[in-house]
Amino acid sequence: MQKHEAKRVEIMIETVMLRRLTEALQSADVTGWSVLPVLGGSGRSGTWSREGQISRGTGMVQVVCLIRPEKLEPLLEAVYLVVERHIGVISVSDVKVLRAERF
Amino acid sequence: MLDLAIANLLSPIVLSFVLGMAAALARSDLSVPEAVAKGISIYLLFAIGFKGGASLASHGIDLTLGLSLGAGIILSFVLPLLAFSLLRVLSGMSRIDAAAVAGHYGSISIVTFVAATSVLSDAGVASESYMVAVAAAMEAPAILSALWLISRGSDNAEMNSDLWREILLNGSIVLLLGSFVIGMATGPEGLAKIESFIVSPFQGVLCIFLLDMGLIAGRGLRQANVLDRGAVVFGFVMPLLGASAGLLAALLVGLSTGGTMLLMTLSASASYIAVPAAMRVAVPQANPSIYLTLSLAVTFPFNLVLGLPIYLAVAQMLTGA
Repeated sequence: MQKHEAKRVEIMIETVMLRRLTEALQSADVTGWSVLPVLGGSGRSGTWSREGQISRGTGMVQVVCLIRPEKLEPLLEAVYLVVERHIGVISVSDVKVLRAERF
Repeated sequence: MLDLAIANLLSPIVLSFVLGMAAALARSDLSVPEAVAKGISIYLLFAIGFKGGASLASHGIDLTLGLSLGAGIILSFVLPLLAFSLLRVLSGMSRIDAAAVAGHYGSISIVTFVAATSVLSDAGVASESYMVAVAAAMEAPAILSALWLISRGSDNAEMNSDLWREILLNGSIVLLLGSFVIGMATGPEGLAKIESFIVSPFQGVLCIFLLDMGLIAGRGLRQANVLDRGAVVFGFVMPLLGASAGLLAALLVGLSTGGTMLLMTLSASASYIAVPAAMRVAVPQANPSIYLTLSLAVTFPFNLVLGLPIYLAVAQMLTGA
């Protein structure tokens, strides 16, 4: 079966910034992504857990998108403007997809 | 006052809160599922808003409604300035953290407000039904004051129409005001239809919510090392100063004993839902652990356990009830 090169971009970001991030993705012509809840973790600001987070101001989510390689730079530029001042992690990995026309 | 304090300490809502806090400090695995806590908070906001609206429909609107709203908005603008000055004296906190904390203390804690209405109901003290609307009006102005305090320094805050829309249309304000309007439109007849859902179970549901709040506060206390001693002192002193400002405003407006106690409570409480979200967007450089720990793990328990009976006793003393 034929496989195609693609990029998987994972963006961990504060929940309050999610809408701004997805708008940035749309502005970079990225139309597909998934939002995953983050249960907890540990980072430069210490450990935290989703448990007992009554404020929308303190949770984290992960946004995952699979894109064609040529869309990567515009996406990163748009996303960086949103994430720059906030807690968050952006990672990019090389993946292969089966149906290239979908990305 | 001692009788009031003991009655408050032995009330199911305070004991539920203490249970949650003790469980968290003992590192028990007790937890209230996130979705349940959210569902309960929707129930509480709807019930308190609806009851307030229905009561207003039967008692009518008077001049003190406008005056109370004005007083609440002014308090919300001014209290952060007082909190900021106090923090700069008491604590070694950075200017930006102090301004972010100050914003929380000008805004309100709706859970403390709900607990205060429960204390009033237990004590058989009536209050102005529109205090729910005052609570909603006090949520946002403090954010503006905090951002102004930040902009006076070298730091800048991100503030745009998008953020304002999020603040003014945040879920708790929409639900509180929306249910208030429904209650006002349907009046006592509407209340009679859903009374068995929003009146009788209210106290029991509030107990479960405060159990969860106790768990949250206890977990927050475990991170209290982010606060210096001055900040902890601030967390106890600021509610008393805020309550005094609320008291003064209530006396000027001419509120009843219950209304005075509620305005004192609103002025004494610190936000931990609306303001943290706004601060994370507008001032990401401020440390969220500081403002959340102070408002959730220090001031909220203080108000719930000691503050509410104090505010009620003072309100009773000064309004001659």
